Amino acid sequence: MEGRLRVLFLMNILRGMCMLLVSSMAWSADAVTNGNNDAVQQQVIQPQIERRTIDVDAIDTEDFEIAVFSGLYSTEDFGTNMVIGARAAYHVTETVFFEAAYAKTDTSETSYELLSGGAPLLSDNQRELTYYNASIGYNLLPGEAFMGKGWAFNTALYVIAGVGNTNFADDDRFTVNFGAGYRFLATDWLAIHLDMRNHIFKMDLFGDKTTNNLEFTGGFSVFF
Amino acid sequence: MRVGLLVILLLMAALANADEDVYPEVKVADPYIELHVGPGTGYPIFYVVDRGDFVEVIKRKTDWFKVRTAKGKTGWVSRTQMEKTLTPSGEVTAFSDAGLGDFSQRRWEIGLVGGSFNGAPVMTAYGAYALSANLSAEVSASQVTGDFSSSELVNFNLLLQPFSKWRYSPFFTLGAGQITSRPSVTLIQVRDSQDLVAHAGVGIKVYLTRRFIFRAEYKNYVGFTSNDDNKEFEEWKAGFAFFF
Repeated sequence: MEGRLRVLFLMNILRGMCMLLVSSMAWSADAVTNGNNDAVQQQVIQPQIERRTIDVDAIDTEDFEIAVFSGLYSTEDFGTNMVIGARAAYHVTETVFFEAAYAKTDTSETSYELLSGGAPLLSDNQRELTYYNASIGYNLLPGEAFMGKGWAFNTALYVIAGVGNTNFADDDRFTVNFGAGYRFLATDWLAIHLDMRNHIFKMDLFGDKTTNNLEFTGGFSVFF
Repeated sequence: MRVGLLVILLLMAALANADEDVYPEVKVADPYIELHVGPGTGYPIFYVVDRGDFVEVIKRKTDWFKVRTAKGKTGWVSRTQMEKTLTPSGEVTAFSDAGLGDFSQRRWEIGLVGGSFNGAPVMTAYGAYALSANLSAEVSASQVTGDFSSSELVNFNLLLQPFSKWRYSPFFTLGAGQITSRPSVTLIQVRDSQDLVAHAGVGIKVYLTRRFIFRAEYKNYVGFTSNDDNKEFEEWKAGFAFFF
């Protein structure tokens, strides 16, 4: 008898616990659906804007230019020979640029050496002429060039002047250079150059005299 | 020659690929912006982009920006007009360039100066590192091309700049180095000489624009020759430098 009452009592407790469990689950399920509703409501009013920022400093700048060139260099009294060299430029504004150049040329025998048939004035090593210089350029006439109907290219006629050093016949000579050039931009980053320069320096091989050494070159450059 | 061609082709391929990149976009906030055919004031305007339209910024040359419109037109826009556009998040597009503030906080400086060394032309390349706002260490290499000899100088000096924040900033230098003189080949029986030199100088640096400065200076050198008497040299120089 007593045992049966105990079983009943326990079953009641169990039933109560079950009800409690079921009701609590129902309540929590309710809470979950409510929560979902809130989330849905929030999404409805959320603005669909994609926030993008731009890094202006990451824009590719093309102010530097490197060039290779070749042409003719006329050394006063020593003939006209092929010159080969390289230049690097920095464009400060749309009109002004700085340029550094280095080039090398050979020189031939003077008329005196050829006619007299005597001993050469200079050794082979001394005949080599190298120069370097730093110059300031000014884009005097920027413009466009047209090819047929459908092609237009940006160009510039520039004037340039600077100072540097010429090494010839084992001596360094202070050199002033000036001239003009034509830049033809095939694309934004590739340009074709034609350049005419005069290099003025003093030479003391045949008594002290100031020499004018003309140079005509063509080349191409890459902007980066 | 063939290798050169290959390099050029590879370079072109690399640059062609770069074109497929995603470019930053800005929104026109002024009534319109003008597209020029080239990066310069004189190039004609061929197209305008209205307020509210977006343009892609492809590249920059000096103060000009190459942009592409939604309709595929490409042209060059001046910096002044670009500064009146908005970024996609609505902020004013700003381009950071070096200014006077950066000049007083610079770390490195590289320059080329030229002038007269005891009457002969001199050219100098130098590099400087700022130890503090007022003190920097410099190394320079000079070439003097005189009528009778040419010399090379290598110098190390300290530079004191008491008013580093001024646009016109005076400085004082103190240093030492070595001078190597080679007499002209037309003069015979004179041998090369190598001497130590010490020098003191005064000068001015002027901040120009962006990363550029103008520099002018006077230096007085004392050469310690192997003979008993010391030589004195005077040097005047001016030139340009840039800092970063």
